Amino acid sequence: MRPFTYERAASVDALRARGGDAARDGMKTSRAFVAGGTTLFDLMKLDVMQPDAVIDINPLANDLGRIEVGGNGLRLGALVRMSEAADDPRINRDFPVLAQSLTLAASPQLRNMASLGGNVLQRTRCHYFRDTSWANCNKRNPGSGCAALEGMNRIHAVLGASDNCIATYPGDFAQALIALDAVVEVQGRSGKRTLAFEKLHRVPADTPRIETVLEPGDLITAFLIPTIPAARRSAYLKIRDRESYEFALASAAVALDIANGQVRDARIALGGVATKPWRAREAEKALIGKKLDEDAARRAGEIAFQGAAPRAHNAFKVALGRETVARALMHAAQMEI
Amino acid sequence: MSVEAPAATGNMGEPHPRFDARLKVTGGARYASDMPVDNPAYAYLVTSAIARGRIVSINLGEAQNVPGVLHIMTHENTSKDVKDSKLFSDGGFSGTSIIPLQSDKVWHDGQIVAVVVAETYEAAREAGYRVKIEYEAEQPSATFESNGVQVQAAADVKKTHEDPKVGDFDGAFASAEVKVDATYFTPTQHHNPIELFTTTCAWAGDKLTVYEPSQTMYGMKNGIASQLGIEPEQVRVVSNFVGGAFGSKGSLTPRTALTAIAARRVGRPVKLVATRQQGFTIATYRAETKQRVRLGASRDGKLTALSHEGWEVTSRPDNYMVAGTDATTRMYDVANVQSKVSIVHADRNTPGFMRSPPELPYMFGLESAIDELAYALDIDPIELRRKNDTMKEPIKGLPYTSRSVMQCFDEGAKSFGWSKREPKPGSMRDGDWLVGLGCAMSCYPTQMAPSSARVRLSQNGELRVETASHEIGNGAYTVIGQIAAERLGVPYEKVSVVLGDSDYPAAPVSGGSITTASVCNCVAEACDAIRAELGINDPKGDVLAALKSRGRGAIERYAEWTPKGVPDGALAKLYSGQAMPTGGTKDKERIMFAFGAEFIEVRVHQRTREIRVPRIVGAFAAGRIVNPRTARSQLMGGLIWGVSSALHEATEIDKRAARYVNKDLAEYLVPVNADIDQLEVFMIPEEDHEVNPLGIKGIGELGNVGTNAAVANAVYHATGKRIRDLPIRLETLLA
Repeated sequence: MRPFTYERAASVDALRARGGDAARDGMKTSRAFVAGGTTLFDLMKLDVMQPDAVIDINPLANDLGRIEVGGNGLRLGALVRMSEAADDPRINRDFPVLAQSLTLAASPQLRNMASLGGNVLQRTRCHYFRDTSWANCNKRNPGSGCAALEGMNRIHAVLGASDNCIATYPGDFAQALIALDAVVEVQGRSGKRTLAFEKLHRVPADTPRIETVLEPGDLITAFLIPTIPAARRSAYLKIRDRESYEFALASAAVALDIANGQVRDARIALGGVATKPWRAREAEKALIGKKLDEDAARRAGEIAFQGAAPRAHNAFKVALGRETVARALMHAAQMEI
Repeated sequence: MSVEAPAATGNMGEPHPRFDARLKVTGGARYASDMPVDNPAYAYLVTSAIARGRIVSINLGEAQNVPGVLHIMTHENTSKDVKDSKLFSDGGFSGTSIIPLQSDKVWHDGQIVAVVVAETYEAAREAGYRVKIEYEAEQPSATFESNGVQVQAAADVKKTHEDPKVGDFDGAFASAEVKVDATYFTPTQHHNPIELFTTTCAWAGDKLTVYEPSQTMYGMKNGIASQLGIEPEQVRVVSNFVGGAFGSKGSLTPRTALTAIAARRVGRPVKLVATRQQGFTIATYRAETKQRVRLGASRDGKLTALSHEGWEVTSRPDNYMVAGTDATTRMYDVANVQSKVSIVHADRNTPGFMRSPPELPYMFGLESAIDELAYALDIDPIELRRKNDTMKEPIKGLPYTSRSVMQCFDEGAKSFGWSKREPKPGSMRDGDWLVGLGCAMSCYPTQMAPSSARVRLSQNGELRVETASHEIGNGAYTVIGQIAAERLGVPYEKVSVVLGDSDYPAAPVSGGSITTASVCNCVAEACDAIRAELGINDPKGDVLAALKSRGRGAIERYAEWTPKGVPDGALAKLYSGQAMPTGGTKDKERIMFAFGAEFIEVRVHQRTREIRVPRIVGAFAAGRIVNPRTARSQLMGGLIWGVSSALHEATEIDKRAARYVNKDLAEYLVPVNADIDQLEVFMIPEEDHEVNPLGIKGIGELGNVGTNAAVANAVYHATGKRIRDLPIRLETLLA
């Protein structure tokens, strides 16, 4: 960890001119916002992130720490803790995929600390990114290459990867948000704006160091999740090497609206297999108007992984991902709501 | 969940709660890095980014400018300061002969290449990040099959090594009616004790005090003295509690001498707490093994031929090996046996002892092969073991002092419900889950070493026991106190045991599960000497009354205990840091082992193939159990670690660079609570008066042997897929 200044934010407006830019440009940033600190401090101790200034936004909890349920949907402040949202009975009843994606993530201690805003911006678990003694990492050190391409890439992505980076987006909650067409609210230097959550993260392409569309100074303030018929028949399935406190090898956030035995709306988002929160729209389309049976579920799984680009150690994620999608869909179809 | 203490049955002692339990859960126990020292400076290690080559230049400019930096050690200013580093397994004290900072040479990934000392930990770490090192890298060899590794037969490099052999294996195998010929792999694993590798060194004049979590007070005292070129009398080592060791704190690592040198140079105490990541390369680990097992049997299930060959990775300069064939060739009644162990030198740090060093990997091979043979013969795996059970080891025909392995299988099977098992693989299901039941034998050699202790009984009824053994989670404080209390008829609550300080009488390294047998027999002897002096020969006689009636204030006895078969002069060796263990397969007239039977239920999801373990049952017979509560805890921990070794743990190596990649507890997996569901431990009463006077066998390393095979056998039963390469992960089971 290198020396940094620490200040506590006074208000959202006062931040407008100050702002952090950690979200936009990973490592050599000058300012970073901190809430739970579960990713930032970890990476600062590892010398992966080196902000000059850390701005603590926890004093903004009155504004940004609320869960609000309205007729049109749910508003989750960016400073709501993972555990608060995971334990909320309304979210569990009406948006089970959101609650499950949070409950299945991290450990109770981390969920008590980590904020939702920080959660969606957590950094990859790629070994070569997190250990600065590896010279080749385009995320840390643009243009240096990617040690993971031919290295130990069992946990790496098979979707959305490029020849510059195959690091997996590690989170769970983002898959639930993307499946439900959530909107993210951002406070920027020029004021407040909203954008589809799906647009927040970027694939690595030629610039793996730029992980989101956030501009310097942007602060995520809330997530807006619309009430849709499929939200109640939704679930998150996470497959991993151990039962708890572990990242996904493959996960699926699914939501279904089924009427008269036919699928009216289907949502499928994939985790653990892609470089960003991944929506499988073609797979969704294939389900519309169909009966959700074993064949349809399998077909959706297959479509979701068309175009997958496996590497030496992660080829199993294609088969695993397909099975995960099929299993999640069959489970959601059988839910009693 | 609260579980009642197991009742003492047969010859077991009382299930007293662990003496240090409350201290540990309330934070009252002081570990080495908690010990207060005056005005400490803090050290941070800089480690190499290459596995083989040399350092071309070190630029310290930026690092030295960090405010608070006091001194930076590199090979340019430290090359002649460490004198000796003979390997523990060669009669020295060190876990590696590679002493960093002695030259520009890099032997392995993560080797210490600089030590920064500063006013604060944060300044030392920041300066560490600013040390700029330029390397000339060479292509390293990572592991088996890598270019450039050097393979040597164990018998060629170590005079004392024997490859056990009897009869005519080739002939018997060629003519066997049923055969198994399979190759197994076990992965690299790291101990990862929760307490990190820490060292605090404080000099007072020419006297050095080392606070370091250690499994060997006298080994460290003598070892550090020889490395620094000072007398052992100048060194005191303190380690009252150890937060997990599992072998990793049993031999010297280079960090201790470097911290002592740093403290001497800056003229004040220096405290080092190495990071979790650094722990993977500055200490030892369990090296990966490859094993070929061949079994031949008659159609009715009698073993006729057994061959076990093993290959183990080690570092370039050191001939470290575990050679588990010493045990695996002696487990069954088979007339024709051969074995061979080879070591494979690669550009890696030197491996070392890790809980059940030989038995954990090698029993995986043997007990998997036995299961494969059971299927080939269409015989129940327990019945196959019964047919080949023996009270004599086959190599030299020596009798087991006791062996209750089939009692363990029978009791365990009853509780586990083995009779409900459908033998055919893939035949048991529960909804979407494939169900598999598997079992395996557990064993661990019964070993003891010379020990010394001092016992003092005061007229106020207080009993104090002093010995330089240590509490590494084994319950040493508790069981030593129990034996003393029992022997002198004093209430357990009146006993105080002090451990973990080289100012106390010498005790052997806490390795090889020897502590309870070694130290308790010694303490019992000291107690008996007190009785004798007071003339109380009746074991129920009141020792305290005798003390008072003679008008004595206190009586103190120092005892030295030597197990049968240890050569003369063993106590002198103990005081110079050598343990000299005996027993197991070392005795010339008999063979001593503790045994167990382990049962595992697995569930494998039919779609996504993740593996769950809803039930674990272990039944063990290990001579006299001094405290069934602490013993159960040890065995339970062993079983859980056994599951871990089968399903979770593996250090991943980037073979291009011979570097470890998953160096933290988020990526190096061990089970969490949610992975371990029902777990039952049975202790079968067993009396063995031959192993040592108190009849104690030692259980520290028994619990995690065989579990990996039991899991793999259960996975086969569930899926019909035989996995011979650990850990078993879902990808190997996906269609």
